Amino acid sequence: MNTTFSITPLGDNAVIIEWEQQIAPHIHEQVMKAFHCLQSLKLSFITDLIPAYASLAVLYDAAAIRQKINRPARAWISDFIKRSLQQVTDTGTTVSRSLQIPVCYHPSLAPDLSVLAQQKGMSEAALITLHTAQTYTVYMIGFLPGFPYMGKVDARLASPRLKQPRTAIPAGSVGIAGEQTGIYPLSSPGGWNIIGQTPIRLFDPSAQDPCYCRPGDQVQFVPITLETFYQMQQPS
Amino acid sequence: MSIRVLQPGLLDTVQDAGRSGYQHLGINPGGVMDRVAMQVANSLVGNPPGEAVIEMHFPAAAFLFEAHAMIALSGADMGAMINDQPVPINKPLLVSGQTVLRFTKPVGGACSYLAIRHGLSLQPWLNSYSTHLKAAAGGFNGRALQKNDVVPFCITNSYTTVLGKQELMILPWTAGVADLYGPPGQLHITEGSGFALLNDHARQLLTGAAFEIGPQSDRMGFRLRGPSLKMAEYREQISAGVTRGTIQLLPNGHLIILMADHQTTGGYPRVAHVITADQPALSQLRPRDEIRFLMIPAETAEELLWQQEQRLHFMQNACKLRLEEWLSHYGLH
Repeated sequence: MNTTFSITPLGDNAVIIEWEQQIAPHIHEQVMKAFHCLQSLKLSFITDLIPAYASLAVLYDAAAIRQKINRPARAWISDFIKRSLQQVTDTGTTVSRSLQIPVCYHPSLAPDLSVLAQQKGMSEAALITLHTAQTYTVYMIGFLPGFPYMGKVDARLASPRLKQPRTAIPAGSVGIAGEQTGIYPLSSPGGWNIIGQTPIRLFDPSAQDPCYCRPGDQVQFVPITLETFYQMQQPS
Repeated sequence: MSIRVLQPGLLDTVQDAGRSGYQHLGINPGGVMDRVAMQVANSLVGNPPGEAVIEMHFPAAAFLFEAHAMIALSGADMGAMINDQPVPINKPLLVSGQTVLRFTKPVGGACSYLAIRHGLSLQPWLNSYSTHLKAAAGGFNGRALQKNDVVPFCITNSYTTVLGKQELMILPWTAGVADLYGPPGQLHITEGSGFALLNDHARQLLTGAAFEIGPQSDRMGFRLRGPSLKMAEYREQISAGVTRGTIQLLPNGHLIILMADHQTTGGYPRVAHVITADQPALSQLRPRDEIRFLMIPAETAEELLWQQEQRLHFMQNACKLRLEEWLSHYGLH
């Protein structure tokens, strides 16, 4: 893997690997390669990995490392990460899943659709076409369990968060914030512009894999009618 | 074999050492606010240090023990009573069935822990007993304890031969906790990536000024009151992973320290991190308590954590020896 990353402390039991700070697929690909590399090692002293747009946080059990190697953990883990990432090739492609997520853009489920279309000087149909035209990368899961941060949306759709966040947004709501699009996995307060809703459950604590999306997934939205939405909606 | 909630508290949840390995899915680790108190309470009753406990904030619940149990309380002193007798924290207690545990006044600290020998009998979620309130999963039905909840515990001893007709027995040893916490109100921090973005004055304020725990502080984070810190130029970062203890600078110049239920990622500048060894003491602070930050190198932070871990091991071993001796004296196990 090319060496254009830095490793700096994130407190005393984590380090953060950072690549060039921009939101771009080729940067994120490096993040995901590093994530899969370290995850595949299944090391007990690495307690968590948090991949994001252009960084990977590596949380470690400093006491366990110290116990084992009898010297400071931080310097050791940084060396360990550098050595491990050297094994990762630049050319190999990571296998990412492709997901098609049905979304109903009916106004009853999309409180910000018509306002956003007006602001952007386009019809609601044109807005929906733009939103469904491209494949998005899940850059990061954060904010809530299973909340996918996807990008980038067409520049014509980019829109700041609501000035006054809503106190409750239903689970499955699809929103736009800046150049990102995302889906609320749980009912939650939030400030994204809501343009639709998916009947898919993005988070189900009783499932073997509680989260529907994973970092690195390639997502395409498929428009569905209100009738299909209610047919597909699973009882929660 | 259970405890019944007679009256609910402000926020009483089942917690353990936390849920690791799922942060890439946005599932935060949660777990106890004060890991030292959890370990002390568990060690006193002979449990593994990270066994599930009940974390309580004042006003805390009133519990009815439906069977004999060996328990311990640690962390905040909330004026605990068994029936009408005051009971100390940091000592093992034997309580008989049909006794009531309640908490009468906030004497000191913010969160108290109840450990029961052999642990609670619950289903783990993603390898942890910690209650994830947002996900409504883990712990006891994924939520805070409510009136008439019956929390089952595992039991192997009846303690009848020891207790006789007594409803309470305070075992004659105490876990020393003084050297397990740092000095109150003095928090060691290490530099975060956002520190370099602060202007000179703000850097001086961070370690020179006093801050206060704000009223809007909870298990997710402690909002601080104090001087507003300015950046040479405020800019949010591209969102990245954050950790417990991360001190974020909000756009209004105020600070927030991420606690147990923090989100996994964030875009606010990370100006510093409260060292792991000082997080238990921080957890025990309440709104309006004053804190000051002392900047130390990352190497020293790890050294302090290592020393704390050694002391915790020492405490665990000491508790184990006393308890084993006591149990064998009564022919229990």
